[in-house]
Amino acid sequence: MLKQIEGSHGVAEAVGLCRPEVICAYPITPQTHIVEDLGALVKGGKITDCEFINVESEFAALSVGIGSSAAGARTYTATASQGLLYMAEAVYNTSGLGLPIVMTVGNRAIGSPINIWNDQSDSMSMRDAGWIQLFAETNQQAIDVHIQAFKIAETLSMPVMVCVDGFILTHAYERMDVPDQEQVDRFLPPFEPRQVLDPSDPISIGAMVGPEAFTEVRYMEHHKQLKALEIIPEINNEFKEIFGRDSGGLISTYRADDADTLIVTLGSVIGTISEVIDEMRDKGQKIGAMTIRSFRPFPLDEIHEVLKKTQRVVVFEKCLAVGLGGIVANNVRMAHRGLTTPVYTVIGGLGGRPITRKSLNELFEKAMNDDLEETTFLDLKQDVVDHEIDRAEKFNRSGAIAENVLRQIGVVDVAKTS
Amino acid sequence: MKDQQVKFYQTGTLTVGNRLLDSELRTVQATIDRSNSLDSGHRACQGCGEALGARYAIDAAMRSTKNQLIAANATGCLEVFTTPYPESAWRIPWMHSLFGNASAVATGIAAAMKVKGKNDVRVIAQGGDGGTTDIGFGCLSGMFERNDDVLYICYDNQGYMNTGVQRSSATPGGARTATTMPVGPEPGADFDKGKNVPLIAMAHNIPYVATASVDRLHDLEAKVQKAMSIRGARYIQIFVPCPLGWGSNPASTIQIARMAVESGLFPLFEAEHGEITTSTKIRHKVQVEEYLKVQRRFAHVLKNPDQLQKIRNIADNNIKKFGLMSSTGGEE
Repeated sequence: MLKQIEGSHGVAEAVGLCRPEVICAYPITPQTHIVEDLGALVKGGKITDCEFINVESEFAALSVGIGSSAAGARTYTATASQGLLYMAEAVYNTSGLGLPIVMTVGNRAIGSPINIWNDQSDSMSMRDAGWIQLFAETNQQAIDVHIQAFKIAETLSMPVMVCVDGFILTHAYERMDVPDQEQVDRFLPPFEPRQVLDPSDPISIGAMVGPEAFTEVRYMEHHKQLKALEIIPEINNEFKEIFGRDSGGLISTYRADDADTLIVTLGSVIGTISEVIDEMRDKGQKIGAMTIRSFRPFPLDEIHEVLKKTQRVVVFEKCLAVGLGGIVANNVRMAHRGLTTPVYTVIGGLGGRPITRKSLNELFEKAMNDDLEETTFLDLKQDVVDHEIDRAEKFNRSGAIAENVLRQIGVVDVAKTS
Repeated sequence: MKDQQVKFYQTGTLTVGNRLLDSELRTVQATIDRSNSLDSGHRACQGCGEALGARYAIDAAMRSTKNQLIAANATGCLEVFTTPYPESAWRIPWMHSLFGNASAVATGIAAAMKVKGKNDVRVIAQGGDGGTTDIGFGCLSGMFERNDDVLYICYDNQGYMNTGVQRSSATPGGARTATTMPVGPEPGADFDKGKNVPLIAMAHNIPYVATASVDRLHDLEAKVQKAMSIRGARYIQIFVPCPLGWGSNPASTIQIARMAVESGLFPLFEAEHGEITTSTKIRHKVQVEEYLKVQRRFAHVLKNPDQLQKIRNIADNNIKKFGLMSSTGGEE
């Protein structure tokens, strides 16, 4: 049914249609609306046979989920940013135990400095934690990928993190097609756990494993992720048959077939990027894009097939490996093996910095002339940074960098207007 | 616990054997149908109070629930000595997740049972004092305030024994641990620090809180069974001596536990909805020094009159606060 709703509400409705049995809620911006809406759906009787639990922390949210999932209940929670870090120990534990929990991450920057706005540092910090990570490009995809996520998770007995850009998607009101219960029931069978806490068949779950078997247990996790490279497209095809939409899969491309310059990215920024590509295509420039929908497992072969057809690759990412550069770019470079074309890293949109068509246009023009540094920070205020570097070299007690930078930005703006 | 008058002519022991009681009043452990939930063959040290306490507690809970029990376990000695895969001493559905989340995992299990309509299946969470009073405290308090249907059992051996005997917030003042060494002008653990989690549990107004000790296993079983007769969040803290961590004779575990109770240092009581309902009177008052001198962790305290007096004061305060002496006086 077509509805004009907030992205978070769409996700909440989609999760509700999946007949969750335990939902753990802890507020953290920008995911909060999702669990608020789910709370109302459970309390109002729209979601039945479901326990909605207000917990005291994100660590507890996922820990309660570990218990309920191990006891055979379909389990959901949502978090963001600091919350994901606070539950980090349980994030690894969930995948190690092979529990098919589905969790939304409303992508947001990580402090300090504290910042509530969107980037993807949070999900990226957990990229190697053993969860499948699916990134939504639009709110329609966010809805559809959540429904697919439960099926992927339960097929593989492995947790799935659905990554949705905070505010840009979570707080955007737009038209979405919310599926019918009958369709979802046809697509998603009831949860049948691979292991379960049951007094009639007592087992021990989560005991210690020593050096003699630890590698093999970890390998099995890796094996399952590699298996997911087959399962994710299969489930997307099943989804297409029932719902008539292509919303998942491993990657998607936009005007990439004959592109000399390929922009690689993930999440909602493909919206702006595709508009810039359209403008440049109108001028006859051969540029296209690829979005990575499944960041874990990382579809090396599928990405390689697209990369090998282009002259240059620009990886645009909303995260930073401090001291190295790009996180996504590094992963893409592994798919780029055997190719000699240049790969540029662009870090943009950190802490909610707007990513404008103008800036992207300039960036892509530069890229097409191979006039980019290996790593570029989009719209970096170089004068402000230089001033602070200089200051820190002159004074030992140079103060808090965050405050100094803001003061300097104020000074710069005053100077410009006077 | 229900009392029964029995004729008993033997002297020299405090424990009148089960065999003199009516069969329905005998301990769970004394019955042929005990569940042996924590089976033999595990790797606990000789004289481990925790292994003993857990065995009695879980079997009692199993009897109360007609074997419909699931346990969540914090990281710690109990987890390690009972389970390294492929072996497991547990004959109940049992799960270990992390050090600090046993109560939250138990909440999740209980929620799953509720949503599936399996109301006869009950859930316990268990851990040591480190996993309870320190790293697991946030989750524990959350489970309490939500009044989740979980019995949490803390096996209190007053320190982080699994990691090599470090100080926890349940370590008593003066005690030697690897992080509170008996050196300098204030040897051992600091005084006037630490948490009394049974009292904090009571402040959550949960339906049932109790302390128990492995020196009186019948009482321990009765408290567990009482706890399992109630719905909602419940907490039992069991005093479990650790010969390795305390520097005590493994054969003296029961005796040391008894001296802790009889000196007033570990008061036994029950509370319902924040009010103390029973406290166990001291029968034969034990001097604090008698309790301290059988544990190497307190060796330096015996040579330090100030510290000794502080521990005596703690025992005296407990006796007053919890009404541990009968009005006729129990000192002998």
